[in-house]
Order: sequence, then structure tokens, then C-alpha cells
Amino acid sequence: MNKKWLATPYLFWAVAFIVIPLLMVVYYGMTDKTGAFTWENVIAITSPEHVKALMLSLLLSLISTIICLLLAYPLAMILVAKHASKTSFIVMLFILPMWMNFLLRTLAWQTLLEKNGVLNGILSFLHLPALNLINTPGAIILGMVYNFLPFMVLPIYNVLAKIDINVINAARDLGANGIQTFLKITLPLSFPGIASGITMVFVPALTTFVISTLLGGSKILLIGNVIEQEFTTASNWHLGSGLSLVLMIFVLLSMVISSFFDKDGEGAAL
Amino acid sequence: MNNKLIDLQHISKSYDGSIILDDLSLYIRENEFLTLLGPSGCGKTTTLRILGGFESPDQGRVIFGGEDITKLPPNKRQLNTVFQKYALFTHMTIAENIAFGLKIKNKSKAYIDDKIKYALKLVNLDGYGNRMPDSLSGGQQQRIAIARAIVNEPKVLLLDEPLGALDLKLRQDMQYELIRLKNELGITFIYVTHDQEEALTMSDTIVVMNQGYIQQIGTPERIYNEPENAFVADFIGDSNIIDSIMLHDELVEILGAKFACVDKGFGNNKPVDVVIRPEDVELREPGKGSMEGVVTHLIFKGVHYEMEVMANGFEWLVHSTAMFPVGTKVSIHVDPYNIQIMNKPVSEDEEAVAINE
Ligand SMILES: Nc1ncnc2c1ncn2[C@@H]1O[C@H](COP(=O)(O)OP(=O)(O)OP(=O)(O)O)[C@@H](O)[C@H]1O
Ligand SMILES: [Mg+2]
Repeated sequence: MNKKWLATPYLFWAVAFIVIPLLMVVYYGMTDKTGAFTWENVIAITSPEHVKALMLSLLLSLISTIICLLLAYPLAMILVAKHASKTSFIVMLFILPMWMNFLLRTLAWQTLLEKNGVLNGILSFLHLPALNLINTPGAIILGMVYNFLPFMVLPIYNVLAKIDINVINAARDLGANGIQTFLKITLPLSFPGIASGITMVFVPALTTFVISTLLGGSKILLIGNVIEQEFTTASNWHLGSGLSLVLMIFVLLSMVISSFFDKDGEGAAL
Repeated sequence: MNNKLIDLQHISKSYDGSIILDDLSLYIRENEFLTLLGPSGCGKTTTLRILGGFESPDQGRVIFGGEDITKLPPNKRQLNTVFQKYALFTHMTIAENIAFGLKIKNKSKAYIDDKIKYALKLVNLDGYGNRMPDSLSGGQQQRIAIARAIVNEPKVLLLDEPLGALDLKLRQDMQYELIRLKNELGITFIYVTHDQEEALTMSDTIVVMNQGYIQQIGTPERIYNEPENAFVADFIGDSNIIDSIMLHDELVEILGAKFACVDKGFGNNKPVDVVIRPEDVELREPGKGSMEGVVTHLIFKGVHYEMEVMANGFEWLVHSTAMFPVGTKVSIHVDPYNIQIMNKPVSEDEEAVAINE
């Protein structure tokens, strides 16, 4: 049976919204204002302020990814160990924010962390000194972890839930204690989920400009902000596209590494 | 074979209010091949899990070599399990699977390599060490699961329907293989199956279970020839189970006809159940047996013919190498020692069994 035609709408969608924009980014990134070919926009990444923004982006998204992993793994284990019905409250706690708009969620954190925001309000009520929370790298990391944590939990939960309890029992049966069983069986068997969770957190964290704009103010520039500004305020689409191409290389790199660990697509959660 | 190696004392276990095991007591002797036999859901795996330490009983104790191990975690117990669905480590090679327990115990590399070689040879899978579990057939994976367990030289091997997933031919081969292994290694086997033939072929002792109760413990011969109640008789092989009356010692009235038997001490004119195996029903020419009947069904079964004979309102199941066509008038004879008399169920437990049939 030939059901290929069923994919036609998707094909249109893919061409219109993925292929064409991508080609345009490549075109703009490789040309100057006159339309002549140039590497300039790509090489622009080596300018000090761009390197600084890229390094900061890599650092903050790396830290966020690690924090997400450290939070998500135990959580996923708890979710798997208990019956889902008993933990539905915990699940809801994590799913509920996802139903809210991404911008709204991040704005909420802005209100919480502001100089005269909710948190400092509570602190001053308790006669404690106010904290400088907003517009710090810490605030950006908090925003990233908060927004992207579910994308780490779900793939890890998926692989953990698939591990046969008797495989764990077999390891215990053969003399392994709880820690040995975790290190030699559970952890290696969950690598695919970890790998896909890492990409699903690292990639959006690396490219975000919303979180850094709202929680980092104008002082902290991530590479996402730099690119965004080239497109909006500076109206230099060529430079913005060139830098995007560089960023794309990092994204592709992390996806290649991830798919190496997740050969069968087991961790693909969503 | 006389030491009690394992002693299960008054084990009870329930899940969500439903009782799975009820006051189960059982001992296993050193070097014994003991089989837990019973229908699906009767609590065989649960019993094994309690032995292995993956489940703790609500009540009762597990004694191993005189020591109470009820609360001991699985990794501290001197027994190994072959799980119902192999449970191999799919991220490791066959050799790494087999080496797992030995590496945990910090054995030397030379020792481990020797053991891997030895174990692979033992299960007839020489040279499979570098393969991944996924690339093996079900039967081969099963044998690896066995190899992985026995390299640890456990005192006791627990096997949960290890041959359940295999086809008939392979199952029979593996049955002999397992018996050979057991004799070679001299370890105690606790084996779970719901296949009565397998149990009869392999075991020293069979424990017949139903609904969390032990129905009978005994040698295969005893279980087969002298079932203690209707459930055991029905579960182990085909049989004719007939409502009868024990007239007095050594004489029983079956369906209105008198049969000599060898049982005594049931009292006079007492209602009993009688079990007669189909191969013990002898068909003779009309008038030469104890009860007249006519053949109603005939099937060729390979080794024998299976027939049904209607006599005195009861459909008798008969296995015989002689063939009697449908419609043949026959007379039924049963030798006295082939008539097994059983008390009618009295206790609540046995009542439950009878209703369940
Ligand atoms: N973890 C559990 N939670 C709730 N009920 C359980 C659990 N484990 C087993 N049971 C129930 O206990 C009963 C006995 O289960 P068990 O696995 O011991 O049966 P079994 O004799 O091994 O059967 P089978 O031949 O099908 O493997 C079943 O009714 C089963 O549904
Ligand atoms: Mg079972």
C-alpha cells in the first residue's frame, strides 16, 4: 500500500517553516549587504564580545543542564519506584507549570526576584537584608532549570520505567548491593534517557534569549541576546545569521553526541 | 539427603488484602530437586521471591542452614535465581553477564576467565562470550541465565519456570540438561513449573500448590499414584474421579458396582472419592469385568488410544494400547491396587479446592 501521500501536508509544513527559513539563514549568513559571498559574518564570532557571550552561554547552559540532571534523576527514580497514581501529586506539580505560557512563567520569576519583588518583600518583613537576585547569572540559571527541568525528567523517567524489575533483582541476587546495582545496571541502562534529556535541556538553554532578557536584564548578554539584537535593534540580518550558523554547529554537535548514546531512540520522550 | 537445608515456617503473604500464601510450611533437604507445581497464580513465584529475598513475608520465617534469613537482603543469601524471563543484562556481553557475580566478589581475572569458559561449556554455548544477549535465541538466553547463576556456586538454585518460553523439543532437551547439571554440580534445586509432566520427569519431591495452600508433598510416584485429594488427582494427569461409597475395608461401591480395593480404615458405608487413572482401566469382553459399558469416543494419541466408555451413567476415560471401535460393548475391570480412595473434602480449604474445579 502506498500511503506516502499522507505525509504531503507535513512535507509542505516542513518546507515552508524549516527548509526555507534555514536556507535563508545560510544565505544571509554567507553574504554581505551587497549580496556578495563572505565568511565575515561567521568569523565575527571571534570578536571579543561575541566570544564572551558565547562562552557565558555555554557555561550557563552547562551548569543548568547539570543541575537539571541532578534534580531530575532522583525525581524520575521516585516516580518509577512508586505507582504513578500515588505520585500523581508530584507529577502534577511538574506538569502544571508547563500548561502556562513560557513567557508568563518567566515573568512570574521576574516579579518574585525583583529588587522590590515578592521574595525581598518577605525578607524585609522578616527584617532580613534584601538580596540582589535579579539580573544575576544565578537568576538566569534558575530560569533555565525551572523551565527546562521537565524535559530532563521525562526521557529519564521513560528509560527507567522500561527497566525490568527482575533485571535489578538479578543483580541483587548475584551479590550486588544497592549502590553497585545502581552504578552497574540502572545507570548504564538509563544512558539513552540521560543523553536525550541533556540535549533537550542544553540546546534550548544555549539558544535562549527570553530568559536572559527577563531575568538577566540588559547587563548580561548571552549569545542568544546578541543574535536577537542583530535582527531587531541593529537590523543586521547578515551578522545575526552568521552567528546563528556558528551556534547551530554547537547544537548539532551536542545532538550527535547524544544520539551516539541513544542509538535506538529509546530516550525519545515527547 | 536428610538435612533440612531450608525451612519455610508458617509463611503468609497477602497483596492489597487478598491472601496469596496462607500459613505455608515446607522444608527442602540438601541436594534435593524440589518442584513447586500448581496452576497459574497459585503463589509459586511469590514463594520463590520470599526464598530469594525479593519479598518479605507478612508472617513466618525462612530458615537457611539453621539460620533465620527472613530479613536478609538478596545479595547476602547463598542462593541464586534463574528468573522467569531470563533477566539478562542487555548492556553487557554474555561473558560480562556471567562474570557479574564473580566481579562483585572481587575474584581474580584468571579465576573469572576460567569460570566463564567452564560455564559456557557446561551449557553448550562455547564461544558465545563476546555476543550480546539480544543476539541469542530464547533457549540460548535461558542457558546463559543458568550459567550466570551457577558460576557463583550457590548452595541452592531457584528456577522460576526456566523452560516456560521454549518449544517442546528444546524443553525436553533442557530438562535432561538441567538434571545433568544438577548431578554434576551437586546443588539443591528449587524449581517452579505449572507443567505436571515436567515436574514428574525431573523432581525428587513435588509440592502441589493451589490458591496459596500446599495440597500434597511427595515423590512423583506417590503424587501420581496416590493423590491425597481430588485437586491433586485432577491436576496431575488425567483421571477418573468418581463419587463412591466405601462399604467396608477393602471393598468399595463405584456407581452401583462392587470393586475390591486395598484401602482400609475409612469406616463402613462412608462416602469417598475414588481416583482411577485412565491407563489403569482395563477393558474386557462383555461379562468378564465388574461393570458393563459401551465405547463412545476413540482417539489415536500416538503411544496409546484414548477412549471414552459410558458405563452406569459415568463417562470413563480409558488409555489402552488395544483399540476398541466406537459402539463396542465392553466390560470394565480395575485391579484392586489401582483404585485410589480419598476422603471427601471436609475442611474449608479443601472445599474451596473442590468448588474451584
Ligand atoms: N506485587 C504484587 N502485587 C499484587 N499482587 C501480586 C503481586 N505479585 C503477585 N501477585 C498476585 O499473587 C498471586 C500469585 O502470584 P504468583 O506470581 O506467585 O503466581 P504463580 O504461581 O507464580 O503463577 P504463574 O504460573 O502465572 O507464574 C497472583 O494472583 C498475583 O496476581
Ligand atoms: Mg510465576
